Amino acid sequence: MEGPMTDLNLKATELRLGLPGSDEPGKQSSPIVRSNKRASPETKGAPDANDSDVNRAPPAKSQAVGWPPVRSYRKNCLQPKKMEADGSGMYVKVSMDGAPYLRKIDLKVYESYPELLKALENMFKCSVGVYSEREGYDGSEFAPTYEDKDGDWMLVGDVPWEMFITSCKRLRIMKGSEAKGLGCP
Amino acid sequence: MAYSFPEEVLEHVFSFIQSDKDRNAVSLVCKSWYEIERWCRRRIFVGNCYAVSPDIMTRRFPEVRSVELKGKPHFADYNLVPEGWGAYVYPWIAAMAREYPCLEEIRLKRMVVSDESLELIARSFKHFRILVLASCEGFSTDGLAAIAANCRNLQELDLQECEVDDLSGHWLSHFPDTYTSLVSLNIACLSSEVSLSALERLVARCPNLRSLRLNRAVPLERLPNLLYGAPQLIELGTGVYSAEIRNDVFSSLTDAFAGCKNLKGLSGFWDVVPAYLTAVYPICSGLTSLNLSYASIQSEDLVKLVSQCHNLQCLWILDYIEDSGLDALAMSCKDLQELRVFPSDPFAPEPNVSLTERGLVSVSAGCPKLQSVLYFCRQMSNAALVSIARNRPNLTHFRLAIIEPRSPDYLTQGPLDSGFGAIVQHCKELRRLSMAGLLTDRVFEYIGTYAKKLEMLSIAFAGNTDLGLHHVLSGCENLKKLEIRDCPFGDEALLANAAKLETMRSLWMSSCPVSFGACKLLGQKMPRLNVEVIEGDLRTQGPKTVRLRSFTYTGRLLGQGLMHLILFGQWMKKWH
Repeated sequence: MEGPMTDLNLKATELRLGLPGSDEPGKQSSPIVRSNKRASPETKGAPDANDSDVNRAPPAKSQAVGWPPVRSYRKNCLQPKKMEADGSGMYVKVSMDGAPYLRKIDLKVYESYPELLKALENMFKCSVGVYSEREGYDGSEFAPTYEDKDGDWMLVGDVPWEMFITSCKRLRIMKGSEAKGLGCP
Repeated sequence: MAYSFPEEVLEHVFSFIQSDKDRNAVSLVCKSWYEIERWCRRRIFVGNCYAVSPDIMTRRFPEVRSVELKGKPHFADYNLVPEGWGAYVYPWIAAMAREYPCLEEIRLKRMVVSDESLELIARSFKHFRILVLASCEGFSTDGLAAIAANCRNLQELDLQECEVDDLSGHWLSHFPDTYTSLVSLNIACLSSEVSLSALERLVARCPNLRSLRLNRAVPLERLPNLLYGAPQLIELGTGVYSAEIRNDVFSSLTDAFAGCKNLKGLSGFWDVVPAYLTAVYPICSGLTSLNLSYASIQSEDLVKLVSQCHNLQCLWILDYIEDSGLDALAMSCKDLQELRVFPSDPFAPEPNVSLTERGLVSVSAGCPKLQSVLYFCRQMSNAALVSIARNRPNLTHFRLAIIEPRSPDYLTQGPLDSGFGAIVQHCKELRRLSMAGLLTDRVFEYIGTYAKKLEMLSIAFAGNTDLGLHHVLSGCENLKKLEIRDCPFGDEALLANAAKLETMRSLWMSSCPVSFGACKLLGQKMPRLNVEVIEGDLRTQGPKTVRLRSFTYTGRLLGQGLMHLILFGQWMKKWH
């Protein structure tokens, strides 16, 4: 019987119904820190948010995922044109040729192309190579592309980042010869 | 030997018993009742599609006519469930295609429905009448074309807020000219334009059409013709509600509305031009249901409309109505039972409208039949919640969302514990509760003590320790669905109340410090629990699903960091 499992087991059978604050020496306050961390991406990198007073966490000025609880259907209907940096999250579908299902990412989370590309590489376990304006993505059989507002398929990286995130409707990681065709000869 | 009724008599008696709960009770009486009951059960409801397999269902109940399935957990609505998680309906359709040739009705909620599934439905069930897809995704208009073309006896096609791959509006033209049985059509979630002439002809040749909900692409100028073709309509969802202001359009619109003497429900109203709203005034007094939640118009225009709807029972509206508008509502609509106020701009850093807790207090005071509330606002106080509770002890659904997580009582700066405490204490019939704002373990103590009829509870950014969760799990006897996000609840309360979990339909916990070990333990100790863990950080990585359905532990240790735990309830013991 594994050690940690036994411990857990014991705890499960011991029911403590003390009032909050009564002696529970094993209680950690760090879980609360963690949930605060999730709420504000500013502390994304920080391993220990300074959170001594759990009751008055700094208000999350930018949004946690799925908060406020407004259905995406409703959000899309209300503000179809609004693409401002209003913290609403900009979820786009990402497909990769050959993958059995699509993913979705929030473009708002990334600040630049390298970040986005790295995330895509991690998500799909592929490598897109190095971008250059002349050659497109060199050194790989994959090329990240996106569908813009006009319905055209563009190579990721050509336009400034801000312009990209407002015009990108969906992403597709193209594979093989089709991908090669996008780089200008 | 006791005499017993012949089978046919029992079957006849059982046919009057509709509720699942009662049917299940009947089946437990004795073996012969079990047998008779299972052969005559016609409707099945599966609240969690992973709680039972389609084969078990078809084996036990061979003569089913109507099936309702629910898939993803509620929090999927807010992007908390990763893509590819599941809830694929195809295996169910395939099993039913084999075993239920006489199937008539399929209702699905939050499931992934492929075109293949729709095509299979269209081919397999000759008597198919009703298809309701609520919050579903995964299909395209090609699938709809198959349904339209093949389901000769279709009465209801209802796509509620589905994500459809809208390739074109051509699918609607697949209804054959001989098809006349349409009773209810809801295409409000589709974006592409259907052939308007095909739609007009369809509407005109279906004399039983009661409910028609159009999509945004249907221009306002074409609405009168559609209404002339279906003056018997009870429920209408308009298309886009704007057009150039023209007298001829206005007068034909008014005339057409006036001709619909049975209209009880109105919705749609995208891009409303206030001038055209007056066209519906003639029918306002007959309305019982009004959905203006896509109508971005100001309080004044909303009030003018709503205050004519004296028989209104259900109102969905945007916060543009403001406190003053809700005051007017409270005065005019004394039959109001359900109110939902949605945020017009949930992400605006500052309030963009003057809607506060006062509006809700006003409605709670003025509308004696108010039972169901969904309210988005930016500030709340204990005093207001106490007033609401005292005014409306008949509340059954109370869902409050305060835009900023952990917002305190804006008057006292303290937690909203006592306010929600008053809600659960006074509203003894409360079945559904969503809480918001700054909340400590204390509020959960109140809930566990008083909310004895509570069936569904949603908690976010609340509580201090496991005690909070423990109060809920140990106190709420009727709790069926519990969803928790971003709360400091860990393993202890969960493990201490493991037996409770088996009585529930589902538990969702995300961004809570639950350990993988606890999940594993639960899966091992509670064989009727379907335990699932999704790993990853929702925010940055896009989580991978680790499906541990029967908890066959693969020996793969998940990395550090927060876990997203879904515990799925109960293998229903009656379903073996």
